[in-house]
Amino acid sequence: MNEQDYRADLAAIRSIMERSVKFASLSGWSGVLAGLYASVGAWYAYTQLNYNPQKIHETVPVAELLGLGAAVLVISLGTAVMLSMKKAAKNNSSIWNATSQRLLADMGVPLVVSGLLLLFFIKNALGGLVLPVSLLGYGLALYNAGAYTFREIRVLGILQILLGLLSLLVLPWSLGLWVLGFGGLHIVFGLYLHLRYER
Amino acid sequence: MNHPLHRLNKAFDSRIRLGLVAALAARSAMDFKELKDLLQLTDGNLASHLKPLEKEGFIEVEKSFIDRKPNTRYRLTAAGRAALQEHIAALEQLIALQKDLNAKG
Repeated sequence: MNEQDYRADLAAIRSIMERSVKFASLSGWSGVLAGLYASVGAWYAYTQLNYNPQKIHETVPVAELLGLGAAVLVISLGTAVMLSMKKAAKNNSSIWNATSQRLLADMGVPLVVSGLLLLFFIKNALGGLVLPVSLLGYGLALYNAGAYTFREIRVLGILQILLGLLSLLVLPWSLGLWVLGFGGLHIVFGLYLHLRYER
Repeated sequence: MNHPLHRLNKAFDSRIRLGLVAALAARSAMDFKELKDLLQLTDGNLASHLKPLEKEGFIEVEKSFIDRKPNTRYRLTAAGRAALQEHIAALEQLIALQKDLNAKG
């Protein structure tokens, strides 16, 4: 053994400890619940706000839609943080560590950029682009997050991106595809993660 | 004073066993499948590395049934944690020593 080997051993210890902790944090149930919140939100937008975009140039009920979107986002994030903290406490670890900080930074960039784009679209009566671009931005964020948490999250990200691209091609279906992505896929992947890693 | 080379733990000569102990040090307990996925080992390979660690008293095993399927969980013992800390300290000292040597040489 020489200095190189000692360093490599220390690096291996550090990396395995980080990877071992990252498996502990994310809770499958938060995915299931986020899927339910998103479905209820979409149902409300469709039935109460008459929101069902058919073409790119469309005005949307700005205040209501932004309020609804923000509410769904805050409740979903709150649920995810709460359930992850509970799970981390059970495993004697914390959700605030080097891994989770990098995860948030890498998710944050595509989310903030796509969020600003959405505001721009809404302001310029491009309401038809809101749903596809929210799928794309969220999909990119998940794809990044997949590097720090369960590998399945990367697959989920790619599927959201594909749905986003598809919904650009068939705008009249975009609300349905959005529910499939934010609702259906969240529920399916959340259940899968729970069954695979949390029992 | 004892040279740090003698304080490296023989049980951790294998990178896999070192990895197993490091993984368990970060968690309260992990099951067989989690360890297997984390370190990307086969069943047989993982079992053959867990056995000596158990014999050394570095890890303890608890067997139970979840939905009637057998589940084996592994936990780091106090002795295992101490051994890992000692090993890490020795590695750090060896690196520091060699740095000194290189600076003088």
